Amino acid sequence: MSEAITREIDRSQMRISDEVAIEIHKMNKWYGTFHVLRDIDLTVHRGERIVIAGPSGSGKSTLIRCINRLEEHQSGRIVVDGVELTSDIKNIDKVRSEVGMVFQHFNLFPHLTVLENCTLAPIWVRKVPRKQAEATAMKYLEKVKIPEQADKYPGQLSGGQQQRVAIARSLCMQPRIMLFDEPTSALDPEMIKEVLDTMIELAEEGMTMICVTHEMGFAQAVANRVIFMDQGQIVEQNSPREFFNNPKSERTKLFLSQILGH
Amino acid sequence: MSETHAQTVAFVRDTMLAPEPPPVAESGAVKWLRENLFSGPVNTVLTLLGVAIIWFLVSHFWDWFAHSVWNASSLNECRQIIIETWGEGARGACFAVIRERWNQYMFGFYPSALYWRPTMAFGLMFVALAPVLFSESLKIRRTVLVVTAVVTLWAMVQLNAPGAWLVFAAIVLVGGLAISERHVSWLLIFSVLYPLLGVWFLWGGSLWGPIMVLVGPLLGWAAWTLVGRFSALLATVAAIVVTLLWWLMFASRAAADAEGLLSLAIPFVRSDQFGGFLLAITIGVAGIALSLPLGIILALARRSDMFLIKSMAVIFIEFIRGVPLIALLFVASLLLNYFLPPSTNFDIILRVIIMVTLFSAAYMAEVIRGGLAALPRGQYEAADALGLDYWKAQRLIVLPQALKISIPGIVSTFIGMFKDTTLVTFVGLYEPLKSMSDAVRANIAWKGIYWEPFIFVGFIFFIICFGMSRYSMYLERRLRRDHR
Repeated sequence: MSEAITREIDRSQMRISDEVAIEIHKMNKWYGTFHVLRDIDLTVHRGERIVIAGPSGSGKSTLIRCINRLEEHQSGRIVVDGVELTSDIKNIDKVRSEVGMVFQHFNLFPHLTVLENCTLAPIWVRKVPRKQAEATAMKYLEKVKIPEQADKYPGQLSGGQQQRVAIARSLCMQPRIMLFDEPTSALDPEMIKEVLDTMIELAEEGMTMICVTHEMGFAQAVANRVIFMDQGQIVEQNSPREFFNNPKSERTKLFLSQILGH
Repeated sequence: MSETHAQTVAFVRDTMLAPEPPPVAESGAVKWLRENLFSGPVNTVLTLLGVAIIWFLVSHFWDWFAHSVWNASSLNECRQIIIETWGEGARGACFAVIRERWNQYMFGFYPSALYWRPTMAFGLMFVALAPVLFSESLKIRRTVLVVTAVVTLWAMVQLNAPGAWLVFAAIVLVGGLAISERHVSWLLIFSVLYPLLGVWFLWGGSLWGPIMVLVGPLLGWAAWTLVGRFSALLATVAAIVVTLLWWLMFASRAAADAEGLLSLAIPFVRSDQFGGFLLAITIGVAGIALSLPLGIILALARRSDMFLIKSMAVIFIEFIRGVPLIALLFVASLLLNYFLPPSTNFDIILRVIIMVTLFSAAYMAEVIRGGLAALPRGQYEAADALGLDYWKAQRLIVLPQALKISIPGIVSTFIGMFKDTTLVTFVGLYEPLKSMSDAVRANIAWKGIYWEPFIFVGFIFFIICFGMSRYSMYLERRLRRDHR
């Protein structure tokens, strides 16, 4: 089941500190009258690599979209890097510039080149001089192994390449936390590996990551904690080894048997 | 039972096939004819019918065009020439009227000694437009600017422009060309200043007027930086208030005082002396330049989350779109006089430009709203997730893409508006199509000439509108990003 992960993971830099990166307390969210997220409690420490799994419609994406306020929560508290998310625009902007996000459909800006995609936010949000922003962008494009595509437009790249550009674009803001919203779900099998490799490298450098993904191989190899959600609630969370080998709840067992069964 | 089952036999390809050219079809022209004109009985009949209609039209009008006269001083003289050349009963067009009344069609009743001024303004407009319209192509810019320089200077010489102004125009035209070769973005400064210069060239009067108008935003900017230390919102308000206060209360007095100290005046031309294509292009260009930004603001307002702003935008757009342009023009020409104090002299062309701008901005807003709606939500989310605020996200991510999608609609609106400038005939302005042709026919020499002026004016309108349409196609091609 983990064909996509073929190499040894270097765990020397993966350290989980006591410092709290994200704290979510009794958080609830509704879409109209539909109760999407119910009493979510979650504490993420710096350096943690968390995988969120669950059936579709269970609220996984909504949960991580609440962490950078792409979705608004209606009750409870979300504190990111010591900043509480309220309707205060200043706090929202502060959190967003510290939290990188990678989307299922990449959401690159098609009218800008790869390099411009990467330098846009540093230049306009962080006020980094253009030259310096370009140097940083090239560094991260090299990291995701596509520096030679810098002057192309996103439409000319393959899906896997686009997703790697999207990761580089987020990294250019030098975030302390990365959110991945099903980053490989829209990709062909051949391209999933290249994106997962990039994500593993990030994990190896000690980045705090929360990934919504169906790549259970990735979860087993990289995550230090797996969270299983259903019907807007956290049903079970555990270390990957326990989670996969010894699931506690019936719902988790059913889910695992469905995705790993064949 | 001895046959091998093809489906189940294992197969391994040992050499990969090289790509080959497609089979050569039958030769070009015959194939094209068969596929496009005679592919079936219905298509064949339609083709023959089409050919018959074209033949009917051409055979009917051909002799009229072929017998056209370009040199005559009256309609009667035209007819004389046609009869002498082509015999009794021959028909022919009398395009001599265009040759004779060319200046009137171009400039209306503008003083003939000053024809060079609108000509120069028109030429310099291309210097202002080149860095905006052709920012990416040095070659096109060079061609446009060289042609503009040659034609403008030649026309100004023909129209007896004073030497000093010829030198001025030459400096701007050649200087613009030189700057466009090296630092095209510097030329944008001229693009920003051009509206004031253009207004001054067209109407004349004191240069201090435009200068004092320009002082308004400068004062506003000063206020913005001063107040900006305390609050960003207050700074914006202060900038707007200071600018408007200056324009409404002090600008005209300051201009008059400055003129008293140092006269920078050129002869003044009244708005009712404007006419012909000068009038149509003035209204058209001003309307185009103003309605695009206004349309963008209206479109953004209509999609705003803020209820009040959204409702105002909706009411404005729906009201303007629901009313005929002529009604708005009548409001501009008649009703405003009732509402304004009796002594105010609110220029009629300015009033018409405002109404035409509001009218096309309402359509523009809907066109752009379509472009905004076509953007996937992911684009907004990516911009948010990167920490871009609303205005930066709009300017850097949303509008560039939305406007690109809307180019065909935007240009259609421009074209429609430019053609609608002919409606100003109803408020007594001498637009080229009806008012000017009526004025020409009022002269006994050209009484009874109908087709030729219409064809001529239509032809000029066609050239301008076709030019806009081609430009929009060029722009769409240039901005295509997916397959390159």
